[in-house]
Amino acid sequence: MTGFTTERLGWRPWLAPLTEEELTDAHHEALVDRARAASPYFLLLARDPDILHARTKTDQDIFYNPDGGLPRAERELAATATSRHNGCVFCASVHARFADHYSKRPADVRRLLDEGVRARQDDRWRAIIDAAVALADTPSRLGAEHIAALRAAGLDDLAISDAVHAGAFFGWANRLMLSLGEPTREER
Amino acid sequence: MITDVIDHLAGIAPGSSLDRLRDRRPDAREHAQRSYDALFTPDDEGEVTLVERDAVAAFVTGLHQDLTVAGFYAGRLAELSPGLLKAVEAEIEAGRATGPYGVYAGALAAESEEGPRYRVSDPAALGVRLAAAFEHAHLLVFRPREAGRDALAALGRAGWSETGIVTLSQLVAFLSFQVRVITGLRLLNQEGVTA
Repeated sequence: MTGFTTERLGWRPWLAPLTEEELTDAHHEALVDRARAASPYFLLLARDPDILHARTKTDQDIFYNPDGGLPRAERELAATATSRHNGCVFCASVHARFADHYSKRPADVRRLLDEGVRARQDDRWRAIIDAAVALADTPSRLGAEHIAALRAAGLDDLAISDAVHAGAFFGWANRLMLSLGEPTREER
Repeated sequence: MITDVIDHLAGIAPGSSLDRLRDRRPDAREHAQRSYDALFTPDDEGEVTLVERDAVAAFVTGLHQDLTVAGFYAGRLAELSPGLLKAVEAEIEAGRATGPYGVYAGALAAESEEGPRYRVSDPAALGVRLAAAFEHAHLLVFRPREAGRDALAALGRAGWSETGIVTLSQLVAFLSFQVRVITGLRLLNQEGVTA
């Protein structure tokens, strides 16, 4: 297996995804985005369309809702830190690229991937990464001290809630990606 | 009747500041609940029985050691299949660990961290399908980096279909999300929102 990277990776499922011909309107609705019908990951999850639909809508609001709160770059940072900690190379690659793109801080993102969640970062990223990692542990270690550090770093309540949701969502995503298939070198 | 499980378990009252905060992400709020509904009160139980869903949920949330959340899912199981509760509680005891851990292959081998590889302590009490589901759930909760094809094959041998495995995986992974959202919101709720 590859180490953590910002390269574009493919993902190969270990169970059979639905084929394009098997997709009904209900499946298309569950996929939400037409583009997701090209992904073997989402076509596999489409085997249970109701939970896929609800999951996709949850995902999109947590990451894309532009109404205040945590900037997109730092929602992606929380997702990347969680994925780095849980060991999801595929998820980390995708969300590190988003974190790069929105933050314009590729060296800092790179350090998170290369050296891990304890690598040096500025105070604000430190607080977000530490909170995401504490939350990702089982049992979760997130405590009042993490909330206080996030506040001290300038996050308001909505931003803290966004960081929690972004991290928690990758507790969900990492476990599916890691257990239903594997990353591949070639882009899919 | 509970209309929003996260609100219920995080102690968020209607009209409170946390209630208003959650409304800023209305789709996430609504669909976190719809995810719960799809997994625990499905229109059609499909490839995973309702008892299996509640038993795995009681086990998974027990492993997370959040008493409120674990109590909620244990309560559901107690209602649906009281005879299973004792066996599930024994498995939670047997499966207790702190994660994530696990061995990496290849480039990340130096970051490997050993930890317990849980096996069900009383397979007869759970039956073949549930015993396999618990072992898989424990793998996903604590050492997802070690999940491989062999784990899915083990589920297959225990009678799990491909679609059943997808539903089971979603259920375990969703609970990993739900319990963490509750943890975070509860912390915000306890300290009183300042905005």
